[in-house]
Amino acid sequence: MAASQQTGEQTTPLQIESLVKRFGDLTAVGGVSLQVANRTCLGLLGPNGAGKSTLIRSIAGRVRPDSGSVHVFGHPANSAPARAELGWVPQEIALYALLTCRENLEAFGRYQGLRGSRLRDAVEWCLTWAALTDRAEAPAKALSGGMRRRLNMAAGIIHRPRLVLLDEPTVGVDPQSRNRIFEMVEDLRDQGATIIYTTHYMEEAERLCDSIAIIDHGRIIAQGTKTELVAKSFGGRSDVLMHFASSATDVASWVAARGGELNDGIAHFAIEQPTAIASLLDAAAHDGMDVIDVTLRRPNLESVFLQLTGRDLRQ
Amino acid sequence: MIAAIVRNGFRALRRDRGALILSFILPIAFFSIFGMVFGGRRNTGTPRVSVIVVDEDQSPASERLVRGLQHEASLAAITRPDARKEGPVPAEYTAATAETAVKNGVTPAALIIPQGFGANPIAFAPGTPRKAIRILHDSSDPVAAQVVAGMLQKVVMTSMLDLMTSTGMKFFEQSSGGLTPEQHKNVESGLSQFRELIERRDRDESPSAATSGAGSDGLVAVEVRDVVGEKKRSPMIAFYAAGVGVMFLLFTASGAGGSLLDEAESGALDRVLSSRISMTMLLAGKMAYCTLLACLQLTLMFLWGAAVFHLDLFTHLPGFFVMTIATSFAVASFGMLLASVARTRAQLSAVSTLIILTMSAVGGSMFPRFLMPETMQKAGLLTFNAWAIDGYTKVFWRDEPVSHLAPQVAVLIGSGLALFLVARRFARKWEYV
Repeated sequence: MAASQQTGEQTTPLQIESLVKRFGDLTAVGGVSLQVANRTCLGLLGPNGAGKSTLIRSIAGRVRPDSGSVHVFGHPANSAPARAELGWVPQEIALYALLTCRENLEAFGRYQGLRGSRLRDAVEWCLTWAALTDRAEAPAKALSGGMRRRLNMAAGIIHRPRLVLLDEPTVGVDPQSRNRIFEMVEDLRDQGATIIYTTHYMEEAERLCDSIAIIDHGRIIAQGTKTELVAKSFGGRSDVLMHFASSATDVASWVAARGGELNDGIAHFAIEQPTAIASLLDAAAHDGMDVIDVTLRRPNLESVFLQLTGRDLRQ
Repeated sequence: MIAAIVRNGFRALRRDRGALILSFILPIAFFSIFGMVFGGRRNTGTPRVSVIVVDEDQSPASERLVRGLQHEASLAAITRPDARKEGPVPAEYTAATAETAVKNGVTPAALIIPQGFGANPIAFAPGTPRKAIRILHDSSDPVAAQVVAGMLQKVVMTSMLDLMTSTGMKFFEQSSGGLTPEQHKNVESGLSQFRELIERRDRDESPSAATSGAGSDGLVAVEVRDVVGEKKRSPMIAFYAAGVGVMFLLFTASGAGGSLLDEAESGALDRVLSSRISMTMLLAGKMAYCTLLACLQLTLMFLWGAAVFHLDLFTHLPGFFVMTIATSFAVASFGMLLASVARTRAQLSAVSTLIILTMSAVGGSMFPRFLMPETMQKAGLLTFNAWAIDGYTKVFWRDEPVSHLAPQVAVLIGSGLALFLVARRFARKWEYV
């Protein structure tokens, strides 16, 4: 039994138990426990200053926790075996600006113990993966922001780790580069890597992550798939937004009579089933209200975050 | 509007410690160093020049000359090596041992009073046969021989007044046709008073009292010989190559060490430390890079010296390599220490500029240490510059074997290791948050 438990722990990519990290009076991480299943992508979703980066740095072994523990494939964080299994892409562009793309990759590959043909193959794979083959000999400082981000990612995974930490890899990049980065992450995931992906963009989390942990003030306040999180917060409820051409006074009283709210001339109704829209439209037609636009808005992660914290995700 | 700009400037300056150091502390530090080296002369007199005095003549005249030299405040005249604790008193220097001592850098000059000097020590007329006093010197200290030669003439005038007068009277008699007996008697009386005066002064007065009197050249014959650099084509090139080289090595090492701060700021350091590289490995790697870079710089400097200034590099390769490696190692560890202590690049830049320029001034990179007062010469030994320059001087100037570099190498490597350990201790700040 003990042996099987141990085997189970060793195959768990990431196991965090009651992790606490304080900086003076500020509690950056306040008792986080987390377990990530093999070959999945976990999104850490939270606003700036929520504790995402500190949590990531704790996993990377760069932050010494005040209490609690972090294990990577059964090994304590910052131990040599844990480092070998882990690839960290920090939020900063952590590259040697004067070295070329190839030289940067060679340097970080060597730091991870790669030599000879293994190193050469890894560098070529990374250049292809990051779509930087034609800029291989360009210095990092001469690259565009998006290219630098991609090189930053490649430098973090050159040793093909089984657990990859991506700390806001799309910060400050244009939409085209962002899409390229998404494809890179999806490629990693398809190849079997376990990924921890921090972001404060809910569309990134929705697209890339199998499950999501919402973090705020250093605590994980909800965790699950997107559907689970929405269902937990909103059940089957959706929002209907209606825009009227009728006079404001008429609209306000009509909306209030049907349990809705009028904000900035737009009426909001909470409905349990999409079919309720038809009832609303029938009632409007019957009462002579001139509807010019109707939108059905299903709750998303941003709505969940707003619901859970009372704050917007990008605040 | 203009006042607002001025106010902003001062506010920013007040918060920029680096700029404050460069603006106010560095100039004062330099002013103080130059003041101590060149401005303190009025209080301390001419810096004492060490000189070995060998009396081969052992005549009353030569003994009086030796005593006069020993009383001369500008000279530290010695006749025998320092005695070791509880050991026998060493034998007096001979001409040969004195020459060896000068070659080995024990003193920058030796003064040999030859046998027969006392028979005719002073001459007023040209062509008078007399034995010349030999001054053996090390031209890496170009001041010493001139000071010794000048002081010798002065000591002859002040310590051998009677001899000078009697010789002068003999010359006068020869050229004027002789004195009357009465005149002879008066001259002898005057000479007796001179002798009493000199004996009383030698017995009672402090050395500095013997320094008064006007100077004059040529009373005693002097032969000056450079016993160290006589076969050198470019006497001081090795000194300047080492001095300037070490100063710039310190700047290079500080800059190279500063890459740690750049990497810490960019996040690359975090990434490196999350790989299989430990802090000790990282620091050792940086240190090795700095050492190699410094070796290359020094090699280039000396190659340039060989090509352009005829420095005898290729006949001194073993000593050059030993000193270059030791110096580079020490300088690299110093760079690591500065980088690990500093919090930002700006702080590193300001602090390293202050420390390096001060070390270079005190350590002899900017002007030779023999120009400095004794206390500053000793203070210079707290710097890498002084030990490196001394080592290179041994190699290129004194042609000493590699084994004689042991003190310099031990100090440079030892302090390099110590500084590296201290730097490693400070570097713990980067290991974990």
